[in-house]
Amino acid sequence: MSETAAPISAPEAGVGWSARVARVTSAMRQTTLPVLGVLAALVLIWTLACIPMNAAQSVLDASRAGETVSPEAASERRGMSALALALRNPGPAIAHAYTQGRPRLPAPHQVAGALWQSTATVAPTSAQSLIHHGWVTLSATLLGFAIGAGLGIALAVGIVHFRVMEMSVMPWAIVSQTVPIIAIAPMIVVVLYAIGIEGILPKAVIAAYLSFFPVVVGMSKGFRSPDAMQLDLLRTYGASRPQTFWKLRLPASTPYLFASLKIAVAAALIGTIVAELPSGAQAGFGARLLAGSYYGQTVQIWAALFAAAILAAGLVGLIGGLERKSLARMGMRP
Amino acid sequence: MTLVALALVLWAAGWALNVRLASGPQSRSVALAVPLLFGATLLVMWELIVRGLDVPMVFLPAPTQIALRFAASLPTLWEDFVQTVLKGALSGYVIGCLAAFAVALLADRVDVLRRGLLPVANFAAALPVVGVAPILVMWFGFDWQSKAAVVVVMVFFPMLVNTVAGLRAAETMQRDLMRTFGASYWQGLVKLRLPAAMPFIFNGLKISTTLALIGAIVAEFFGSPIRGIGFRISTSVGQLSLDMVWAEIAVAALAGSAFYGLVVAIEKRVTFWHPSNRG
Repeated sequence: MSETAAPISAPEAGVGWSARVARVTSAMRQTTLPVLGVLAALVLIWTLACIPMNAAQSVLDASRAGETVSPEAASERRGMSALALALRNPGPAIAHAYTQGRPRLPAPHQVAGALWQSTATVAPTSAQSLIHHGWVTLSATLLGFAIGAGLGIALAVGIVHFRVMEMSVMPWAIVSQTVPIIAIAPMIVVVLYAIGIEGILPKAVIAAYLSFFPVVVGMSKGFRSPDAMQLDLLRTYGASRPQTFWKLRLPASTPYLFASLKIAVAAALIGTIVAELPSGAQAGFGARLLAGSYYGQTVQIWAALFAAAILAAGLVGLIGGLERKSLARMGMRP
Repeated sequence: MTLVALALVLWAAGWALNVRLASGPQSRSVALAVPLLFGATLLVMWELIVRGLDVPMVFLPAPTQIALRFAASLPTLWEDFVQTVLKGALSGYVIGCLAAFAVALLADRVDVLRRGLLPVANFAAALPVVGVAPILVMWFGFDWQSKAAVVVVMVFFPMLVNTVAGLRAAETMQRDLMRTFGASYWQGLVKLRLPAAMPFIFNGLKISTTLALIGAIVAEFFGSPIRGIGFRISTSVGQLSLDMVWAEIAVAALAGSAFYGLVVAIEKRVTFWHPSNRG
């Protein structure tokens, strides 16, 4: 943000205000207001889209309630597009669009209500609670992320130090990024179930697998990021390979570490959610999505989707915060 | 047990050969031979250990069993490939990338829109977007249209972020030069800024190939006609015919690598001027 903001030294930037206030207002003008505008536009489009999306049900509700709708016959309405139906019956379509139990497109306030209701008003241990499902997903994600990132860093250390490892493993690690490895998720769940492993571990295995490769690729780049001058300097000091690693390669790789951890944690969350789809998992965002799609509980699906998005944003934001803190302390702030 | 011992001996031999190759003089053929040798060793080890320990097929089939099943069910695999990759993933990929490109052009023209949209798109690119699959399956039905819709949503944001970044890649000096030539917006776009944006655009296109396949496959877990890679994987897992699952995974892997390779090949021709391609 700071690079897009107008310079503090710009004419009249600080007139009547301290520089800090000027910086805040300038950032507001530059980013916050446009972002809020875009978000408001999205919510507006969403709200308006509810009218045609839910028109078929709205008009049906209206005709059941005794209102006159056109065309009268339900069989005629079935062939019409949702937009045409909404245009011919604007009154009923608007009146009934936002109160349906199972709308095709739930309105923003319905999703917000469901989110609030399933987090704040039910006990966190109940199966209705999104906090419960979120914790099930989060614990598997974090376990898998820790395993995957740990193994990834270990392999990257090996790759940097042993040429043969780099030449044998690295091409496969890169190829694996082009392959939809998520396809193996259902199989891993079922195979591990067959040998008696169930619960958090199969999900964590898939999450680990997905977060592994981005970390390998990112960290082997990071450990290589010191340039030849710096490596030569350490050689003239007579530094051993472990010393070079701890004092130069590891600190130099920090920006790469956080960049790949952000990708890895997002991938781990996706892996966990997909792993919860088959196998009749009882809890977790994936199970919640699947149950919602079986029973047509659209509001529940949307609430689970937003909860998953909030969780993802929280995890990525957390790592981003750690990144800013540690890079600032190390004096590496870009 | 002898087979397992043989596998370990083979592993040691393969690794020793790779160590020799890697420490020897470097060339293109060595750089190609080492990973291939490594992969082949792993494959043979897999075969020998599965046969040596009599691992049941419902746990892990041997590579030869998978290859046999692959060869025996080529028509089915082709049908699934057409359904998932060509109809679902590819159509969604084209629509999503074109839509993102159009929005990126608009955002580049209207600066307020860019400043508002870019943080939102960056944020959305990190979200578990596959979660929209059940909703879109509900809206667009079980056939490939809903898979294409999931793919559109998945590829849109990475493509948008990369294209917007690319459109700003041309340097101020170059833009000023265009202005002194009296170039219109469209001339500047076509002759300077789009070519300069190509490395970024192709970066987005490459990221999107994998996302497209993931979206198409995962969306089939939420409902599908009786064909498609994701459908076949989930039903074959249910029937414990893991050789079929692995055959489908092989199809997905081949399709993913081929798709990516195709985009890279096009990129090499389009961005021949870029430093990373000189050489």
